[in-house]
Amino acid sequence: MAFWITQSLNSLALGGLLFILSAGFSLIFGLMRIANLSHGAYFMLGAYVGLTLLRTGMNFWLAVLLAGVAIAIFGGLIERFVLRRLAGQTLSQVLATLGIAFVIADSCLWIWGGDPMPLSGPASLRGAVRVMGALFPLYRLAVIALALAAFVALWLLVEKTRMGAMIRAGVDDLDMARGVGIPVRSLFTAVFCLGAALAGMGGVIAGPILSVYPGLDADMLPLALVVVILGGVGSLVGAGVGSVVIGFIYTFGQALLPDLAYVILFLPMVLVLAARPRGLFGRIAA
Amino acid sequence: MTFARLFPRFLRSVAVALAAFALAPLAFAQADPIRVGFLTIKSGALAAGGRQMEEGLTLFLKQHDYTLAGRKIELFTADTAGQPAVTKTKAQELVERDKVQVLIGPLAAFEALAIDSYIRQVKVPIISPSAAAEDLTQRKVNPWFVRAVGTSAQPMHALGEYAARDLGYKRVATIGDDFAFGYETTAGFQRVFEDDGGKVVQKLWSPLNVADYGTYISQLDPKVDAVFASFAGANGLRFLKQYRTFGVKTPVLGSMTGVDEGILKNMGDEALGVISAGWYSATLDNPANKAFVAAVNKAYGADPGYYTVGAYAAGLMLEHALKAVNGRIEDKAAFMKALRSVVVDDDPRGTIRLDEYGNPIMNVYIRKVERRDGKLVNAVIKTYPGVSQFWTYDPKKFLASPVYSRDYPPARNLE
Repeated sequence: MAFWITQSLNSLALGGLLFILSAGFSLIFGLMRIANLSHGAYFMLGAYVGLTLLRTGMNFWLAVLLAGVAIAIFGGLIERFVLRRLAGQTLSQVLATLGIAFVIADSCLWIWGGDPMPLSGPASLRGAVRVMGALFPLYRLAVIALALAAFVALWLLVEKTRMGAMIRAGVDDLDMARGVGIPVRSLFTAVFCLGAALAGMGGVIAGPILSVYPGLDADMLPLALVVVILGGVGSLVGAGVGSVVIGFIYTFGQALLPDLAYVILFLPMVLVLAARPRGLFGRIAA
Repeated sequence: MTFARLFPRFLRSVAVALAAFALAPLAFAQADPIRVGFLTIKSGALAAGGRQMEEGLTLFLKQHDYTLAGRKIELFTADTAGQPAVTKTKAQELVERDKVQVLIGPLAAFEALAIDSYIRQVKVPIISPSAAAEDLTQRKVNPWFVRAVGTSAQPMHALGEYAARDLGYKRVATIGDDFAFGYETTAGFQRVFEDDGGKVVQKLWSPLNVADYGTYISQLDPKVDAVFASFAGANGLRFLKQYRTFGVKTPVLGSMTGVDEGILKNMGDEALGVISAGWYSATLDNPANKAFVAAVNKAYGADPGYYTVGAYAAGLMLEHALKAVNGRIEDKAAFMKALRSVVVDDDPRGTIRLDEYGNPIMNVYIRKVERRDGKLVNAVIKTYPGVSQFWTYDPKKFLASPVYSRDYPPARNLE
């Protein structure tokens, strides 16, 4: 019984991390029609920035917030000065994001060196607690709560605000949105900043679980892709459900079918692509 | 009676002139620097180890003023990015464009395997400062390849015996990186541990790029005496950090790389008490190592580990072999013979000599992570002297069985 409880909580914690990573990826993908291949790099850059801030003795949550702001500004600049110049050429934009990912990865290596580094969570969340008889790290429970809070906040933003309505309109039909006077360009920048901020904060939040090391970007990007393809591009609910589903498949798959550890993630993705190319909740084909 | 009295002045001058004439071509050849190619990794996920290798070799050459056996050394460094295809291109560049006479490198076993057939073809001596894949010096011996470090399982055999005999462990669970190095280290431990009466009751393999170790840690059998963990690179640090947050108290036995000095400096209390085995520890108490550690600390501000000592030792092997042939690396056969029969008595790890397969016979140290003066170190708690890659097994029988893998030796005691 302890096995099932612990692994379920592990799945939820991983799903939570994946949601924070992929929500922004999904919104950018849905609205701008480009797979932002530097999303994993923003995640890693956020983690490194957070690490540097924490070394000054800063409060953990403040470091999360500031890293998010820093990556948002960085992402905004990239959108404004690189991607916007390539407007309308989605293939070139995707290639540009891939190039940016390499530049970020090598810059991180140059600035922070290649040594893997631990990133410690807040002292108040250290240690393990008993959950229905099974020992479980307190910090991971906090991650689950945090991801839930992020989901609610983003859902309110997308469903209940004017900006959210514009985002939804853009995802559904970009030309029509432009036609009715929605400032699509500024919307692009805003959503890109938001996505980058989420990735950056996600990097710091994931730090105590994943640590920070060169290659973290490449490890995380495929997970975001899988989540978004499964859940449906541009859909927040899709990103949420996709994250949890992938969290469970990843965790239980590796525990119960260890020999399939490598394909277990991609099997459901292939099935979904074959049977329902829009993903579970998507309105446009990936 | 002196030389001067025996020979008139005239004869003496003729003799000197003749000698100068006879030695001239040699002197000319020796004026050319020896061209050394160095394959390391400066970009990508393995760059930290690559940088440490470069530091080790650079330090060695600086200490010798870039002169070995009386000849200048010209170093050509190439970045393989840790990709086998690039490694092959870079090796070709070094050999064909830069005309290097000896290679040091590469870092990863899969890189070494990628250039193996090319090395056989061009017949350039190569000294491995890091790649530990078993078969490079076992079932697929390359006449041009020698190793400055040991095989993956070489120290793990000793750890298996130590766990069974000294620690008295009966049941152990293993977890390791799901690639050759993880299999070989785990297999070496398992073989000797089980031969000494222990039982490996659970074996887990986690993908190299696994996102979350929580899945695996929750699966580990809580009723074992110890967990044997074999990780390389960042994964050792990531695993140990998570291991402790799950509140697990089971002792950890580790591979040399899992708590290597190169990542130990970034670890915290989670590493305390981990017992590992390796051919080196920065705390080794011998004059050569003390000087080495002091020099590395002065130059780079950190203790040397696996990669630094490997590259430094490769430099030492090169030096000793060159001395044995008076610097005449041009005589490839003689140089290779000297390299294969080298005995390095001033290595920081203790005396190193090679077996007939080109792999060091050397001390293996059982190490325990402790905190000394606020710094984590691998304290040596036992020394196994003169350990061969075959442990105490008969080399012929050892080589007749399959290479260590995920399924060999078979796990008969799983529960």
